[in-house]
Amino acid sequence: MTGVAGTAAPPALAGVGLACLRGDRLVFADLSFALHAGEALILTGANGSGKSSLIRMIAGLLPPFDGHLLADGRLVQEDPAAHRALLAYVGHQDALKLSLTVGDNLGFWATMAGRGATGRHSVDEALAAWDLGRLSDLPARYLSAGQRRRLALARLLVAPRRLWLLDEPTVALDRSSIAILGDLLARHRAAGGMAVMATHADLPVGDGRLLSLDDHAPPPAAGMSAP
Amino acid sequence: MSGARSWVRLVRRDVRLGLSAGSDAAAALVFFVIATALFPLGLGPEANLLARIAGGVLWVAALLANLLSMERLFAGDFEDGTLDLLALGTLPLELVALAKVTAHWLITGLPLMVVAPLMGALLNLPGEAFGVLAASLALGTPSLSLLGGVGAALVLGTRRGGVLLALLILPIFVPLLVFGAAAVDAAVMGLTVRPHLLLLGGLFALALTLGPIAGAAALRQAVR
Repeated sequence: MTGVAGTAAPPALAGVGLACLRGDRLVFADLSFALHAGEALILTGANGSGKSSLIRMIAGLLPPFDGHLLADGRLVQEDPAAHRALLAYVGHQDALKLSLTVGDNLGFWATMAGRGATGRHSVDEALAAWDLGRLSDLPARYLSAGQRRRLALARLLVAPRRLWLLDEPTVALDRSSIAILGDLLARHRAAGGMAVMATHADLPVGDGRLLSLDDHAPPPAAGMSAP
Repeated sequence: MSGARSWVRLVRRDVRLGLSAGSDAAAALVFFVIATALFPLGLGPEANLLARIAGGVLWVAALLANLLSMERLFAGDFEDGTLDLLALGTLPLELVALAKVTAHWLITGLPLMVVAPLMGALLNLPGEAFGVLAASLALGTPSLSLLGGVGAALVLGTRRGGVLLALLILPIFVPLLVFGAAAVDAAVMGLTVRPHLLLLGGLFALALTLGPIAGAAALRQAVR
């Protein structure tokens, strides 16, 4: 299976007929989307409509119950390591170790992302971008919820990734931090990056395309007769 | 090589976290000391009897101390979302599992090996058996950590994971216990210890190759 719908250039990321099964409940079904370089996709929908599940599915953590994920027209499952190397994921949880300092927390993820000797420099830059620079030596346990969120989002900056997957990124963020996020998203997209975001609040992404998962909820009776 | 650097960084981070949290690593060591010290108290100061059972007592205590510290191996990373990111990282999950097990051994298995001779002396272990005790623990405790890591990954997300882990892992520890204790026993009796140590070495090779693969498979299930 190569390419979708016979377009000249396949979309950088596409989902075809995706379905998600959690427990024995079909969360969404027959969900398709296509994302080209520089585009943003904003997932909306009620609680439990599968926004987080779709993001985890795109990340490759959760295998699709049905359907396919394609990156540059190729099936993601054929080379999951290459797909993982192109994405950055910021989930509900901030993945911080509270006994380590702010700088250590971010430095760890910079190293794990494969950054070498330049890592230290980019860590300082990322902290500065999120206005956390002067907290670098503070153990993470003393950060407020919003500061922890900013530190988690700073991971996006320590390793360049083409696709940002953000699950409720604005939770606990104040207005100026949301503006920082909007600014970073705009620059990321201007450089050809893509973003998939789940959100309730209004994100400052301008012309992001909306995908409502409520439209893909399976009819109640069809819940158990899934393929 | 960035893969090697990531691996070392993960080991170092886990050792630091393990030591700063203090609790689990220290608790395992204190448990080992107290559990072995209970035997002379319970059985009375009969030197020959203690020398006879020393190998088995030390090995059972080492095994239980390992189990005690094993439940939290992946639980912290699972609960705070770190495991999701490690599963999405550039370092293969097999090497992630191996790094975490290595860190676990460094903060539990290694200190235990250091204290074991002292506890051996307390149990009236004959002088010629100390070398074999050290060798059997050096070959055996890494295997305990490697196999226990598979169990710790399998019980992630379950309630009462500790009990489940014991039920799952203790039967798998049996061969290690049998050959480890038998090696020390053979040394006490003046028999040849080589076959026991070779079997322990074989089990270590098996655990080292299969443990991380099985652990990574279990972690992939856990992050779904």
